[in-house]
Amino acid sequence: MSTDRLVDLDEVITRYEPVIGLETHVELGTASKMFCGCSTTFGAEPNTQTCPVCLGLPGSLPVANEAAVAATIRIGLALGSRIAPWCRFARKNYFYPDIPKGFQTSQYDEPLCVGGHLDVELDGETFRVEIERVHLEEDTGKNLHVGGSTGRIHGADHSLVDYNRAGIPLVEIVTRPVPGAGAKAPEVARAYVTELREIVQTLGVSDVRMEQGSLRCDVNLSLNPVGAAEWGTRTETKNVNSLRSVERAVRYEMRRQAAVLDGGGRVVQETRHFHEDTGSTSSGRSKEEATDYRYFPEPDLVPIAADPAWVQQLTDALPELPAARRARLREEWGISATEMQWLANAGALGLVEQTVAAGASPADARKWWLGDLARRANEAGTELGELAITPAQVAELAGLVDAGTINDKLARQVLDGVLAGQGGPAEVVTAQGLAVLGESDELVAAVEAAIAGAPDVVQKVRGGKVQALGALVGAVMKTTRGTADAGTVKRMLEERVLNG
Amino acid sequence: MSTDLTRLDVSALTGLLTSGEVSAVEVTRAQLDRIASDDARLGAYLHVEGEAALTAAAAVDRARAGGAEPGPLAGVPIALKDVIVTEGVPTTSGSRILEGWRPPYDATVAARLKSAGTVLLGKTNMDEFAMGSSTENSAFRPTRNPWDADRVPGGSSGGSSAAVAGHLAPWAIGTDTGGSIRQPAALTGLVGHKPTYGSVSRYGLIAFSSSLDQAGPMARTVLDAAVLHEAIGGYDPRDSTSIDAPVPGLVAAARDGARGDLAGLTVGVVTELGGDGHRDGYDDGVLARFAEAVAVLTDLGADVRPVSCPSFDLALPAYYLIAPSEASSNLARFDGVRFGIRVGDDGTHDLDEVMALTREQGFGPEVKRRIILGTYALSSGYYEAYYGQAQKVRTLITRDFTAAYAGVDVLVSPTSPTVAWPIGARVEDPIAMYAADLCTLPASLAGVPAISVPCGLSEGLPVGLQVMAPGLADDRCYRVAAALEAAQDAARGHRLLDELVAA
Repeated sequence: MSTDRLVDLDEVITRYEPVIGLETHVELGTASKMFCGCSTTFGAEPNTQTCPVCLGLPGSLPVANEAAVAATIRIGLALGSRIAPWCRFARKNYFYPDIPKGFQTSQYDEPLCVGGHLDVELDGETFRVEIERVHLEEDTGKNLHVGGSTGRIHGADHSLVDYNRAGIPLVEIVTRPVPGAGAKAPEVARAYVTELREIVQTLGVSDVRMEQGSLRCDVNLSLNPVGAAEWGTRTETKNVNSLRSVERAVRYEMRRQAAVLDGGGRVVQETRHFHEDTGSTSSGRSKEEATDYRYFPEPDLVPIAADPAWVQQLTDALPELPAARRARLREEWGISATEMQWLANAGALGLVEQTVAAGASPADARKWWLGDLARRANEAGTELGELAITPAQVAELAGLVDAGTINDKLARQVLDGVLAGQGGPAEVVTAQGLAVLGESDELVAAVEAAIAGAPDVVQKVRGGKVQALGALVGAVMKTTRGTADAGTVKRMLEERVLNG
Repeated sequence: MSTDLTRLDVSALTGLLTSGEVSAVEVTRAQLDRIASDDARLGAYLHVEGEAALTAAAAVDRARAGGAEPGPLAGVPIALKDVIVTEGVPTTSGSRILEGWRPPYDATVAARLKSAGTVLLGKTNMDEFAMGSSTENSAFRPTRNPWDADRVPGGSSGGSSAAVAGHLAPWAIGTDTGGSIRQPAALTGLVGHKPTYGSVSRYGLIAFSSSLDQAGPMARTVLDAAVLHEAIGGYDPRDSTSIDAPVPGLVAAARDGARGDLAGLTVGVVTELGGDGHRDGYDDGVLARFAEAVAVLTDLGADVRPVSCPSFDLALPAYYLIAPSEASSNLARFDGVRFGIRVGDDGTHDLDEVMALTREQGFGPEVKRRIILGTYALSSGYYEAYYGQAQKVRTLITRDFTAAYAGVDVLVSPTSPTVAWPIGARVEDPIAMYAADLCTLPASLAGVPAISVPCGLSEGLPVGLQVMAPGLADDRCYRVAAALEAAQDAARGHRLLDELVAA
């Protein structure tokens, strides 16, 4: 669908420097909406979670949700922002059916949290992303445009509006422009959103599920010629709704804008739409015809004056933040920054930590979550945490392997059983008879038969070629059709061949 | 024929109702009969509750007969300005754009009156979205002044003022943004009070200007106004701007004032509101009645002195930037999507056109004028010069009040520069219409309480005196107003409103 000319990313970097900026919206997981008592549960029948306030009925008035203010302050504190001692909501005025009041209650020049930063690590390098502001606003309703091919309002036969989402508290986290990422700009953008998501998750203020829209990104990007004193004109790509898409959107805009500039053209300051299917962006409305939002302080709400003692309480109660936690776990587990990054990128950190807490070794826990389980989650198209297995069960599985009850190969079959809902690992082992042979008579017989059947190999091993033992192990495994534990077999063979 | 129940004060009515001498149904039927005979002439109501009112009254009678004591106000009829949202009862705010809307909820004011057992007679006419000073901006019909049917009843709560003065309701609720309770009360010989901003819930008031709107009582006596105010006032968690503080004893203050002793009270007469050098646009008769009333206050023992509040001269332009700015945003929700009328949804117009057509046909000219004014004042590049500047003026006015109250307990002025004017006389001249609010705007902008109490007639038409007090000192307004009312009633030998009955 896109006819944009594109320049290869490697080439873009030889001539231009990118500047990225991110506006991230996080839907808070408060029980009730921002300005009324309606429920915020996702997925309810359309327009069942509404009241006069969130429908904007004449005469209704908002009352700010204190839990949402607290959650916003906590996000600000986690990012090192300054918490405004006094701030106000503002009305952002524009007409659209999904905003019930004809304005969105937001914040303008007096945000709740100001400044701060977030460091993201990428391949051992640290990029500092400065935070401009963190503010609180309300979400809009959701439009469904019926008929027409694009799903957009133009060309649609009619539109339906669901106001269940209208009024859900939304925190907007705006970065300052981030120069200097160069070729890594797409990955830095992604790593920033990943890290932010991790922080929000750690704070427990949102479920941050991008596929349900509880975390949404607008990606700003501009290019300037290498060494230029001024930054270029930026575009704002709206509603980039997965981590992968954040990376792709930045990459696409870098490649597209470079082509425009190479051709002697000028980048238009505009809003662009991101297309998940093609990974491309297309022009939305131009900023030249942008709405004048006529912001003014919301007269229906009293200012927020966060009591310093309360802010201190919130500060003291902050949980260990992801960066600190990663540093601690790296130390405890003895792994590299890159390994830690893999874990974090896979969303496996918490799972591994819980698995270790349940008794597994850090190495085993990482192996299972990053290996088999990551592959299965990928195949199923779900998040790791959504697999039907708990960290305790993974630890149990690792324990069974350690104890020699099962081997790695059998463990995968046990995993299948657990994921299929057949019970915990031990139950699956029992039910399916998957336990490996211990030093049973049967196994002793198989080991001795293997030694007797290959005197030449025995000779070699005794002569110092210890790796030749592998052939004997293979023979035993073959005889026992894989139910023997390879480690046990190897140990039994060593005892008999080397000490015998 | 026994007593005409529609002529009684609420204090008299409640006595008869609680003693069982009359039933709530009798009182309600008397009011409905009066509405049926007189409202075609006055045009006070946009909607009359009829059977529903009688049913509610019958429920009160049954409760009383069953030995329950449903509260002193149970069975007392009341009229609500149509800006107040009432569950299941048509609510238009005087606008075509809300024609046919039956709200799914009650305003806090309406809910409190309902739970007190009052009987809703109906919804009163008003300037569209409360924008006006004569009720001529109603999208439905003008309301006439009971004192002279060719004159306006004031506005925007003109339906409520005409209903109460014309005995089509014993009392009513109005709302005041820049004077919309006080000015119509003054023009029809009633008592009308604008409470301290934040002391009566705004939940369920269709917003005109959020930082200014307040609901308040309109009644025939100061005591009735105080009783009604106490019934609707107090903290409401649904209104973020609601003040969580106890309502001062207003009824007690009214009773205290009626004893006629104002010794120890200092009263400031605001120079900028009809005083030396500030008399342009004021009727001589209004200034004469005002001066006489001030003399009465002196006779009652008050220490009266002139007070200058220089920023009050700027109240009118500041108000006509702030109120339209907020209104331009408050009225954005009337887009034809969720409630009220929808125009042009016939398959030939897109969404923007349907919204535009709905607003084009749904709003009247004054509403459009103010939306345009407010939209302009909030626009990027003009905000500081207009809205920002007006807010600074507002601060200056508040400071003038603070400085004044350091020396006096209350401030007084005429409520309206003129008496009621002929219908149509100012329709073509918005500036003249806006000037009707000259005296009432400062208290609105500062959020302080102010009451209008009758102080005589000029050209056979009522004149009102305004008493302003510091924030949350609404009781002072009632005390001074009651003292003036008692003294003038005694001197006259009857109430001012009785002259309307004779006429």
